[in-house]
Amino acid sequence: MSILVNKDSRVIIQGITGSEGTFHGQQMLDYGTNVVAGVTPGKGGLKALDNTIDVYNNVKDAKIATNANTSIVFVPPRFAANAIIEAINAGIETVVCISEGIPVKDMIEVKNKLDNLKTTLIGPNCPGIISVDECKLGIIPGFICKKGSIGILSKSGTLTYEAIDQIIKEGLGVSTALGIGGDQIIGSDMIDILKLFNDDPETNGIVIIGEIGGTMEVDAARWIKENCDKPIVGFIAGQTAPPGRRMGHAGAIVSGGDETAEAKMNILENCGIKVCKTVAEIGGNMKKILKGVHNE
Amino acid sequence: MKIHEYQAKQILKKYNIPIQDGLVVDNRGDINETIKNVQKTFNSKDLIIKAQIHAGGRGKGGGIKYCKDSDDAIVHANNILGMKLITKQTGREGKKVKKIMITEALDINKEYYIALTLDRKKKQIVVMASSEGGMDIEEVAEKTPEKIKKIWINPIKGIQDEQIYNLINVLNLEATLIEECKNIIENLYNCYWETDASLIEINPLVLTEQNKLIAIDAKFNFDSNALYRHEEIHAMEDPDEIDPYELEASKYNLNYIKLDGNVGCMVNGAGLAMATMDIIKSFGGEPANFLDVGGAASVDTVKNGFKIILQDKNVKSILINIFGGIVRCDRVANGVVQAVLELDLTVPVVVRLEGTNATIAKDILDKSGLSIISATSMEDAAQKCVEVL
Repeated sequence: MSILVNKDSRVIIQGITGSEGTFHGQQMLDYGTNVVAGVTPGKGGLKALDNTIDVYNNVKDAKIATNANTSIVFVPPRFAANAIIEAINAGIETVVCISEGIPVKDMIEVKNKLDNLKTTLIGPNCPGIISVDECKLGIIPGFICKKGSIGILSKSGTLTYEAIDQIIKEGLGVSTALGIGGDQIIGSDMIDILKLFNDDPETNGIVIIGEIGGTMEVDAARWIKENCDKPIVGFIAGQTAPPGRRMGHAGAIVSGGDETAEAKMNILENCGIKVCKTVAEIGGNMKKILKGVHNE
Repeated sequence: MKIHEYQAKQILKKYNIPIQDGLVVDNRGDINETIKNVQKTFNSKDLIIKAQIHAGGRGKGGGIKYCKDSDDAIVHANNILGMKLITKQTGREGKKVKKIMITEALDINKEYYIALTLDRKKKQIVVMASSEGGMDIEEVAEKTPEKIKKIWINPIKGIQDEQIYNLINVLNLEATLIEECKNIIENLYNCYWETDASLIEINPLVLTEQNKLIAIDAKFNFDSNALYRHEEIHAMEDPDEIDPYELEASKYNLNYIKLDGNVGCMVNGAGLAMATMDIIKSFGGEPANFLDVGGAASVDTVKNGFKIILQDKNVKSILINIFGGIVRCDRVANGVVQAVLELDLTVPVVVRLEGTNATIAKDILDKSGLSIISATSMEDAAQKCVEVL
C-alpha cells in the first residue's frame, strides 16, 4: 500500500516535450510509472520519450483518450498555474506540480478552484512523490528508495532525499515519500497528508520535516496529538536562520512567535513527536521509537 | 522586492489614493530650487524632508525633519542628503542617503494604520485597519489586538462594500468620511491585486485638520516571482539597497545570504542548506552564510559558489554538502577538485557527498592530493569543518 499514487495510477505528464519534462519523464518511465500520455499545447499528435508516449494539446483530450487520473506538471512558472487549473477542470484526481517560482496571486486563484472541486494538488515548488516500487512522480531519485513501512513528508526537496537515505541506512524502508513544497501557498498541507498516512495500513511510522516560517508544522503537531497513534519523528530546519530573511523557499521566513524553529520544536515535542535536534538524527530516532513501540 | 517611499507614493497616486505629495532630490545643487517648487506646487510654506532608504525607523534616526520655512528646509535637506542614516533596521554601519523627498507639511488630527498582505493560513489576502496609526503596530497587535480589525478577501468575489464598512468601523470616523475611506480601501485592494504586491502598509493614514484622509507614508513589497509582468515596478528596484554579495551571487543564479560566522557552506536545496547551517552550529561552529546552489551542482556552480563564499574574509573553512539525486556525486566531486585547483584554495574544504555514486566520489576526493577532507555523514562533516578552525 501507499498513499496518493500507486501502480494503478494513470499518469499524464504536462510539459512532456520541455527539457525537464523529457528528462524526468524518462526517469519516471524507467522507474515503472504508468505514464499514459503527455500534454504540450500545439504539439498534439507527436510522440514523446523515444516515441513511446502520445502527446495531446490539452489535458481534456489526453484524459478522454487514456482515462488518466493523475498528472505531473513540469511547466515553466509563468504558465504553471494555468496548467494546474486545466488539469483540475479536466477532472484529474491527483495533480503534482514541480514548477518553482509561481506568483502567489496565481496560486490564490488555483487554491480557490481546488476548494470548489475534488482534485488533490501536491506542490508547487516540490520534488514530487514516490510510492516505492510502484509509481514515481517528479524528481525524487528512485534508486535511493527501498520498499518498507515509513511514510515521509517534507516541505523541502533535498531533505526528503536525506530522510529517505537515513531510513534505508537504518535497515528500514519507505511506503510513500513526498515533498509538499516550500511556497507560501501550496495545494496540500501537512495535515492533509498525515490523514492519508494515518489511514494507510502499511505505513507504520511517519517522518515529518518542516521549516521556520508559517504555522503548518504546529497545526500538524496538534492534529497528530488528537488523531494519530503512529510513531512520528520530526525535524525543523532553520534554527540558525536570521529573522526576517528569506532562505530560498518563499515560505521560510521567520516572522516571530510560533514561527521560529525553536518554538516549533517545543510544540512538536509536547504533542508527542520525537524531535531531532539535528538532521542527522532522523533515521536513528525512527529506528529507536519503532523498537519502543514493538517492545510495548 | 522593496521600493522607496516616493515610488510607493507614485503608485498610490495612480490608484487615486490621496498622498502627502512632494518632489525628489538626488543632488545638493537642486535643493533650493526644489524647495521653492514644492512650496508653490503644494501651497505649503512649511515642509518635511524625508530620507529615502528602505529601512524603517527613519524618523528616530534623524532622517525625517519638519521645517518651518524654506531656510530651515535648506539646512535640513543639506544635512540629510548624503548622511549615513542609522536606524534599528540598518544595522550599525547605517545606510547612505542618496535621495530625499521634500513634501508638503500637513496639520494632523488623527493617525490610522492600514495594511494588506497574504494570510498564509487562509490563503487569501487580509486587509487590516487600526485606529492606532503612527505607533509601533507590532506592539499594538501584541497588547491590544482588539484595536486591529481584519477582513479576508475571496479572490473571485473581490472586496465587498459590506466588508469594507465593517472594517473601517474600527476607525470611528465621522459619517462624512466613510465613503472617502471606503474608496481608499477599495483602491488599495485593487492596487495590491493588480501589481502583485506582497505587502502594502500605510502607516500612518492621517486625518488632517481640514478633514481629509491622506497617506503620509507607504511601504510596498512585491512578489519577485511576478515582476516579469510588471516592468515599470521592476525598474524601480534600487541596486544600492541590495547587499553587494547577494547581488553578485544572483548574477550566477545562486541563492546566497551572508551571515556572521566563519564556516562557509555550499549545499543543494534550501531545506538541506538550513539543516546544514544548524548542524554546524550544534557542533560549535558558526555558519558564515546560506548558499543554495540548486539542483545542478556543476563545475561552474561549485566554482562560483567558492568565489562568493571567499569574498567574506571571515571564512576559515568550507563545508560542501550535496545530496546527489539526479546529479551524480562523482561529477560533483570532479567539479570540486577542478574548482579547488583553478582557484588555488587555501581554506580547508570538507566535502560530504551522498546519493548516486557517492563511494566513487569519495575515492576521487581522497586521491586528489588536495586539501579536501571527505566526510561520511553530515555529523562527520560538521565536526570536521569545525575542527579545522
